[in-house]
Amino acid sequence: MAEQQIKGYQTGTFVVGNRLLDPEQRSTQARTERSNTLTSGHRACQGCGEALGARYTLDAAMRATDGNLVACNATGCLEVFSTPYPESSWQLPWVHSLFGNAPAVAAGVAAALKAKGREDIRVVGQAGDGGTVDIGFGCLSGMFERNDDVLFVCYDNEGYMNTGVQRSGATPPAARTANTKPVGPEPGNVFGQGKNVPMIAMAHEIPYVATATVAEPRDLERKVERAMELRGARYIHVFVPCPLGWGAASKDTIRLARLVKETGVFPVFAAEDGEVTEVSKIRRHVPVTEYLKLQRRYAHLFKPEVNTEVIERLQAGADRNIRRFDLLATDEGADFPGEATDQAGELHDESGTPPAPDADSNTTMLLKETHGNPR
Amino acid sequence: MLEQLEGSQAVARTIGMCRPEVIAAYPISPQTHIVEKLSDLVRTGELDPCEYLMVESEFGAMSACIGASAAGARAYTATASQGLLFMAEALYNASGLGLPIVMTLANRAIGAPINIWNDHSDAMSQRDSGWIQLFAETNQGACDVHIQAFRLAEQLSLPVMVCMDGFILTHAFEQIDVPDQERVDSFLPAFEPQQMLDPADPMTIGAMVGPEAFTEVKYLMHAKQLQALDQIPPIAAEFKEAFGRDSGGLVRGYRTEDAETIVVALGSVLGTIEDVVDELREQGVKIGALAIRCFRPWPIDEVREALKGADRVVVIEKAFAVGAGGIVGQNVRLALSFRQSNIFDVVAGLGGRPVTRRSLGALFEDIFEGRIEPNRLHFLDLKTDVIEREFSRLEKGQKPGPNAENILRDIGTVASGSH
Repeated sequence: MAEQQIKGYQTGTFVVGNRLLDPEQRSTQARTERSNTLTSGHRACQGCGEALGARYTLDAAMRATDGNLVACNATGCLEVFSTPYPESSWQLPWVHSLFGNAPAVAAGVAAALKAKGREDIRVVGQAGDGGTVDIGFGCLSGMFERNDDVLFVCYDNEGYMNTGVQRSGATPPAARTANTKPVGPEPGNVFGQGKNVPMIAMAHEIPYVATATVAEPRDLERKVERAMELRGARYIHVFVPCPLGWGAASKDTIRLARLVKETGVFPVFAAEDGEVTEVSKIRRHVPVTEYLKLQRRYAHLFKPEVNTEVIERLQAGADRNIRRFDLLATDEGADFPGEATDQAGELHDESGTPPAPDADSNTTMLLKETHGNPR
Repeated sequence: MLEQLEGSQAVARTIGMCRPEVIAAYPISPQTHIVEKLSDLVRTGELDPCEYLMVESEFGAMSACIGASAAGARAYTATASQGLLFMAEALYNASGLGLPIVMTLANRAIGAPINIWNDHSDAMSQRDSGWIQLFAETNQGACDVHIQAFRLAEQLSLPVMVCMDGFILTHAFEQIDVPDQERVDSFLPAFEPQQMLDPADPMTIGAMVGPEAFTEVKYLMHAKQLQALDQIPPIAAEFKEAFGRDSGGLVRGYRTEDAETIVVALGSVLGTIEDVVDELREQGVKIGALAIRCFRPWPIDEVREALKGADRVVVIEKAFAVGAGGIVGQNVRLALSFRQSNIFDVVAGLGGRPVTRRSLGALFEDIFEGRIEPNRLHFLDLKTDVIEREFSRLEKGQKPGPNAENILRDIGTVASGSH
């Protein structure tokens, strides 16, 4: 990897990596004592966002618990690529039971540990979006409602990737999947009402709910650490791009995870006891097209002609997130250590001059810039 | 000490004596009284240290037991009927992972049509789930078998289902000797898990297994069930020595010596059957009964041995394989396949229909008089006139509507108890 020139104004931000930071501020991933909870040798695809998300999350949780951690995994990519018999990539006690029951299994483990007086051992449940928002949802809601002492993590790649990229309850509108192909009068996934599990989790008023992306591991680590300071039901929803399922380049996993936040498509925030306690502000507001056009699952929105109507609806959804969570930074100045964003995107951005930040982005105008005259 | 107790209360107290560490349960009749009582015992601290999870479904209940057991805790749940079906996926998972969970099944019919009363269609639907299935004939037996069930489950690291007839046993008041804690403790040592989620010794449980190893893992499940056939009798013998009662075991014969006809059944109906056997014996009929106390694993040698002298075998079963025939009957045929045999497969007591002495007496007379063919499926007390009328409605070619509702309308209002 080419060495990156550090500019003077970047000191004091996380962009500089760990070299110029206090040891205490170094990310878990950058520490020599990193536990490598999901160790190398697994069979995830190149650029897998879920593998990154699981590693960041569990390494941070292992650090927070001094290694006293048990993981309960749902069926799915993560389970399959990490455990082909007789190999296992897991360096912690790990159990996989079924697709739809990881929250209940985790609740059972937590109950057992409590009965045995081993509450120093903490429990993480984890699943993809299918195992969380669809088939595991009943068990998840029950676990929340009982306030079982479990951190549940959803690695959301917006579809059933393990079974061949079918639509889940977390698949966004207009996205192409194996069963929402770009055919018929409404190409791609339909516009439903959505299923916002972080907000549903908040409605349970559990101690901690947070969202994060794999583009900002430090933010994710910090949220995991906060979650492990608390007891009771906690939920972290991690956005994890899937190169294979989305038709995206493996090298764009982090870029997509950053853009999903910078567009407002995926609000990054945290909530305690049902109240929002922090939001990660958008640092460089970009139109949704910047995010969409990197993914072949949205290719039908741009070819053979630009589908302005659908793109405007998607933009409207992102704009609503921005209003609802107040995601636009009022001060576009630099963030500081401990805050949730980084500037790496600015250094690598290949798309030329970014459009001016604008809370009321005009999709038609942006489309002219990026795609010529819409129809 | 003998007490007059409802079956569910007695079982709950016995479970409490077994020192469960995690109980996860979801209410379903007729299991409710058991888990309600256990909730009391946990809330008052009598079962400390024990956690009680009031889960959102039976699927959640079994899943929580899976997690608890994998974390090294003695885990218990109870269910019935639809609840067992709702946890079916997790049942196979618990047995496949080899987790020694103990579950009470308060046997109840499976709908549709919805029916809360007793039969064995729930247990039979999961006969191939890899769980050991023990059947209690009385409430005392149910209590005793639960203690043995934990012992067996943990010795083999296999889940055990203790089946007791819903309502007939769960809601019946009888004299019961609830065992005392000391004796239970000495019979049932603390749970020493054979596999455990432990940060001090991290292991992966539930890995993906491909064609290269799946057969062997499944073979071991089968081998462990066969080991259970060897271990159940000594556990029952040890229990008898400690508690003075003959409970558990694989099969139990009743007046089978010199019997030309042997009636095979599971569960509480054995009581009625034995009364009829006594009556017929008084009349000089050479008849006996065989209680199947362990249905899975299937004690093929013991059944064969018990039935070897009989010319006729009558299987009374509270479930059947729709479109195929009897289930217990098929297993009995397996045991007797080495010889020609008169095996009569009789379905009785479905959905709570009482199996009476009078009906059984008439059935046996029909069999002795050759009015019923062996090796065919028969239904005890089937209302053939009702069936015929429904068939004729169907033949009329109009939209006949739902069968169950047609039949209910046809039968009219029925007073409770006069089924």
